[in-house]
Amino acid sequence: MAIKQLTVYVQNKKGSMAALTDVLAKNGVNIRALSIAETEDFGLLRIIVNDETAATKILEENGYLIKVIDVVGVKIGDKPGALTAALSVLDKADVNVEYLYAFMARTEKHAYVVLRVEDNAKAEAVLEGSGLHLITSADICKL
Amino acid sequence: MSKNYYQQEIETMSAEEMRKLQSEKLVKQVKHVYENVPYYRNLMDEKGVTPDDIKGIEDLHKLPFLTKADLRDAYPYGLLAKPLEECVRIQSTSGTTGRRVVAFYTQNDVNLWEDCCARAIVAAGGTNKDVCQVAYGYGLFTGGPGLNGGSHKVGCLTLPMSSGNTERQIQFMTDLSATILCCTPSYAAYIGETLKEQGYKPEDIPLKAGIFGAEPWTEEMRRNIEETLGIKAYDIYGLTETSGPGVAFECEEQTGMHVNEDHFYAEIIDPETGEVLPEGSKGELVFTSLDKEAFPLLRYRTRDICVLSRKKCSCGRTLVKMAKPMGRTDDMLIIRGVNVFPSQIETVLLKEGYEPNYQIVVDRVKNNDTFEVNVEMTNEKFTDKLSEIIAMEKSLANAMKTMLGINPSVHLLAPKSIARSEGKAVRVVDKRKLV
Repeated sequence: MAIKQLTVYVQNKKGSMAALTDVLAKNGVNIRALSIAETEDFGLLRIIVNDETAATKILEENGYLIKVIDVVGVKIGDKPGALTAALSVLDKADVNVEYLYAFMARTEKHAYVVLRVEDNAKAEAVLEGSGLHLITSADICKL
Repeated sequence: MSKNYYQQEIETMSAEEMRKLQSEKLVKQVKHVYENVPYYRNLMDEKGVTPDDIKGIEDLHKLPFLTKADLRDAYPYGLLAKPLEECVRIQSTSGTTGRRVVAFYTQNDVNLWEDCCARAIVAAGGTNKDVCQVAYGYGLFTGGPGLNGGSHKVGCLTLPMSSGNTERQIQFMTDLSATILCCTPSYAAYIGETLKEQGYKPEDIPLKAGIFGAEPWTEEMRRNIEETLGIKAYDIYGLTETSGPGVAFECEEQTGMHVNEDHFYAEIIDPETGEVLPEGSKGELVFTSLDKEAFPLLRYRTRDICVLSRKKCSCGRTLVKMAKPMGRTDDMLIIRGVNVFPSQIETVLLKEGYEPNYQIVVDRVKNNDTFEVNVEMTNEKFTDKLSEIIAMEKSLANAMKTMLGINPSVHLLAPKSIARSEGKAVRVVDKRKLV
């Protein structure tokens, strides 16, 4: 069910992001979702791409430090309160969210939320149980 | 100039008399060491030297050297020359690769060390009318205990503050009208800046003199401290291996430090060949303890690059003068008054599961040393959680603090971002301009 997220270690200095995205672009990797957490020294770039196997290989070959993990994707309504509703479900089930990021659908009246949690299976079960639709890597590629 | 001496007879002794005194002491000391320190006896035997070969200072060059490596090998009791029953104190340095230098003192050793510090305080104008604030660290570090003892001997009212807690330092200094401040130069500068921020003008500050040492500082920093605090700032030199601060001290002339050579005989050698160099040559400073009973190091190589001078001093002292050390023959750094060897960082990294590929960056910002260590993130430790990476940096900094005694700020960088040895690794970037 899960979505594969790539986390890449990027030095926090001028031009380092452009160098990284250039490597991906030259190899035809398309970034579908992106989030970054940064400190003064470095950034953790979290991306969901159309082909994580190819992206991982290319980045590793170029000397980047990468970690691939499963995150949970869920489709929510594009209206006030939709995110709160989804998060309340997790909160009630005692599922802690480490971080999240979201992006809009292009055609439908929907948004997509990517969630990093400790227990993916439990998060997926309670979200589905509440009537929300989960999304997969394949879904994201089709968007 | 006023002629303030603590032990005038010694401090102004003629060169001839001094040499005679040193010779007598050396002959006795070599016998004492040979009979009581098997470690050094072996070194002498290997070189084919016996105590009978040492008839005076002119024979000193025949004796083998001691190095920091010997101190490590002989840790903890191997260089001890007195039964522990006769020892009353130990002092210690932070040591390379986790092994510290531990120095032992009999009551006589403590006395002579405190005498040396008393000479320094009196040379800085100290009398029993002074209030002496000792803001060096107390404990295993020699700074606090040494100046504390010297201050007692002079009869100053002693404020045993130890380092840190600047607000309290300022409160005691101003409420009790401290007239002499003893601490590291960077801490003196920091206290000065803090006083300035609080609106104190130099003329409002009761201090008249400062005795600053345990770390390298420049002439510019001296003038800066003197202006901010409205004092005269005196340099002091020492090392735990010989006793602590007070091995050499500055007089009013401020043109180098008088070595207490009746207790510590100074030589300058060529660090490559070990050959003794004539007065005025630049080389490695070597000390021989002429009086120490418990831990009498003979020809101990300090690794400090230095010059000695017997030029006549306007203060009247005849004690040989040493210049401010101009560098090191090894890779030791002095950061915030603490000795740091890059190998210690390496040890911590290996223990904590990191690549031993690192870079130390030292700078001085507003007269305070900054200490950063760049380390490479590893595949195994990499995670997508920012909080965990920040925790890793903190825990690494803590491990280094445990080893070194001072806290670095650790930065985890991308793998391969620090140049490898084959690409001429620069392990230390010291941006401080100290010489």
